[in-house]
Amino acid sequence: MAYEEGVPAAEHAGIVAQDLRKQYGERTALDGFTLRVRPGTVCGLLGPNGAGKTTAVRILSTLLRPDGGHAHVAGYDVVRRPRQVRYRIGLVGQHACVDEILTGRQNLQLFGRLGHLTADAARRRAGELLDQFGLADAADRAVAQYSGGMRRRLDLATSLILRPAVLFLDEPTTGLDPAARIDVWSRIRELVGTGTTVLLTTQYLEEADQLADQIAVIDAGRIVAEGTPDELKAKVGPDRVETVTRKPTLDEVFLHLTGKTATRSTETVLEPAR
Amino acid sequence: MTTPTAVPASASWLRDAATLTHRILLHWRQRPFSIALTLLFPVLIVLMFGYLFGGAMAVPDGTYLDYLIPGMLAMTMLFGLESMVLAVTADAAKGVTERIRAMPVSGVAVLTGRGWADLLNALAGLTVMIATGYAVGWRPHDGLPSALAALGLLLWLRFAFTWVGIYLGLLLKTPESAVAVQVLVWPVGFLSSAFVSPGTMPGWMGAIATWNPLSATATAVRELFGNPSWNETTWAAEHSVLLATVWPAVLTAVFLPLAYRRYRLLGR
Repeated sequence: MAYEEGVPAAEHAGIVAQDLRKQYGERTALDGFTLRVRPGTVCGLLGPNGAGKTTAVRILSTLLRPDGGHAHVAGYDVVRRPRQVRYRIGLVGQHACVDEILTGRQNLQLFGRLGHLTADAARRRAGELLDQFGLADAADRAVAQYSGGMRRRLDLATSLILRPAVLFLDEPTTGLDPAARIDVWSRIRELVGTGTTVLLTTQYLEEADQLADQIAVIDAGRIVAEGTPDELKAKVGPDRVETVTRKPTLDEVFLHLTGKTATRSTETVLEPAR
Repeated sequence: MTTPTAVPASASWLRDAATLTHRILLHWRQRPFSIALTLLFPVLIVLMFGYLFGGAMAVPDGTYLDYLIPGMLAMTMLFGLESMVLAVTADAAKGVTERIRAMPVSGVAVLTGRGWADLLNALAGLTVMIATGYAVGWRPHDGLPSALAALGLLLWLRFAFTWVGIYLGLLLKTPESAVAVQVLVWPVGFLSSAFVSPGTMPGWMGAIATWNPLSATATAVRELFGNPSWNETTWAAEHSVLLATVWPAVLTAVFLPLAYRRYRLLGR
């Protein structure tokens, strides 16, 4: 392949974060964040607002420099070789990050070109993605006229323009109605089927349960628990009060692990999943 | 599907800059009304000042319109700064800046793309303003080489404003705070020789206006076009071509590195 020098190390495929630290003045956003996501799996990063989810994603996607620690994404060091990482990742943020003035097709072609596809390849890939994401009819309309769900789909499509090995989804269904959310979920499942590594941050516990092979619970800038959804549920043990057989929900797992009770702060966390 | 298909064979920053310039040209095509408004606004000012206030202006060595058009050519360069701040903050607010930063594209390419698009915008602005000048009876009198030198000085000023605009845009972050720049453009414009001679202002105000970078270019352009200068005799007015060369160089030397540094600091 015609990439610049440097061969990715196999042990660094997927996502490997080691002791990441980030400080904003007095506030510690990440405090020894360590996480490993095996290639081709989905990791759900679960935590309340301000736990450090977005900071972690921004560091792993090369947008932010960590104050300490190391991270490799798709085989490359995010601080030393950000350019190599950028050829291999896709990023969907909390808000649709697309150019509203341009059409859907122009957006896809623009980011294809910025990813150094040839003009022809960018055009072909844009067409493919527009079909795949049900945007073919709206392809030549300005994004400003798109609905929230359509923007989200375009956002997701744009992040796939270079066929990324690793995809970061930072609260990808924030602000979507239930139908649009289920649509995004099914698209994420399709992607995983094709071998993409996904790091999904969410405060919707149901979302993590639905999509993730592995869940990491983050609180105050560090991972406090890790495992499959079932392992995490087993850790807490069956519900103690109501019926003996009911397994705890991830909501309860989360509350147990973060040592929080369902008071003000956690209520806002739980609400959207209802 | 896990192998990227991108083949960055000639991933040069020049190509990235051209792609980003193309993006802004597409914006103009998508929103022709918005770019038309930007280009026609200075025309409105010429008509307002030229015909509404012009009758009350006594330019000793010519007509007010002949004095005003070079001033408005300089003002058109200043309006570009305002558009730049709005464009940069809009990109930041919509998350487009972030998405571009997540692409394998260097900061130099991003800034250069902006710069080229702004240069095209400036050329369009100058064309409209010169056409307006011709329509209201303004003419250059000192021949083509001199006129080209005047246009060169105007673009040189805009080149400096490009970096000031990008820097302020990255600094202010939100389109709401960019409104401050839209408001401040006016005192900067009025406290210069763009509309009236600094000699007609109270002493301290005249001193500010005399040394305003905008005045240097406006006065230099009047001299090169052979237009009335309102009998200015200050050192700054008599060396306006020199100042119109030096001022933008100083602004660029300060704000180009600041803009680049600011872009890099987005990752901090």
